[in-house]
Amino acid sequence: MIELLFHITAFKSLPLGEVGGALTHIIILSTALFFIGMYGLFTRRNMITMLMSIELMLNSVNINFVAFNKYLYPDKMDGIFFSIFIIAIAAAEAAVAIAIIINLYRTHKSIDVDDVTDLKQ
Amino acid sequence: MAITEIIFWFLSALAVISAIMVVLSKSPVHSVLWLIAVFFAISGHYVLLNAQFIAIVNIIVYAGAIMVLFLFVLMLMNLNKETEPQKNLWMKLTGVVSGGCLLIILISLVRQATEIKGKIAVTKTGDIGLIKVLGKELFSSYVVPFEISSVLFLSAMIGAVVIGKKD
Repeated sequence: MIELLFHITAFKSLPLGEVGGALTHIIILSTALFFIGMYGLFTRRNMITMLMSIELMLNSVNINFVAFNKYLYPDKMDGIFFSIFIIAIAAAEAAVAIAIIINLYRTHKSIDVDDVTDLKQ
Repeated sequence: MAITEIIFWFLSALAVISAIMVVLSKSPVHSVLWLIAVFFAISGHYVLLNAQFIAIVNIIVYAGAIMVLFLFVLMLMNLNKETEPQKNLWMKLTGVVSGGCLLIILISLVRQATEIKGKIAVTKTGDIGLIKVLGKELFSSYVVPFEISSVLFLSAMIGAVVIGKKD
């Protein structure tokens, strides 16, 4: 695995053609992924799948950052670092959220968001 | 049609179809597996965009760590198709309408934007994805956010342990 990592990251350039997709196409892709995630967040009632939808939305934002960095400012690296920090924060967020979900499952015996209505009373 | 274009369209179709399957599949375990497919497709996009380090980190962190965490939690709770909460039809309709409206607005905006029209990435040049360049930049101009994120990880770890432990 480590060797593969070094191998891939040591490429100065990929042995591919000149042109990838245009910037418009990749932004439309990330927009579609974002709203698929948003639909999942609205419709799923299972907390873990809601969390997965949030991860999907975070990833679509990451694509946007990297694409804008590559297409519009190829001499800077801010977009790459933003997506690295987004990945880091998403990992921390997933750990804390899963701890909360496990605790809720222990007390309520369900992970349906509609069952967690303790603050209502 | 160049080979990168074919790869681009294939990865895009894979990402969108797998993402739709994530939100539509009944079983949570299947959702997790489709989400892993989405992450691999997105990593392919990163490689096309010359961001090889992020592609590897995406696979290791997301598909390797976070998704395994999700799968273990699903297995611990013994979730399957039968325990999946029933969805309200109105909720589905609301999701489709709100998500679809915003999607249409954003896509029409993107198609009209003049600054980004006709921008084509050159996949052969640029070394912003390499570890050497990224590391130098990370430890010079991004050192403060880097250290702050280490504190964030520590607090998240302690928080997860404190919240998750039996009292």
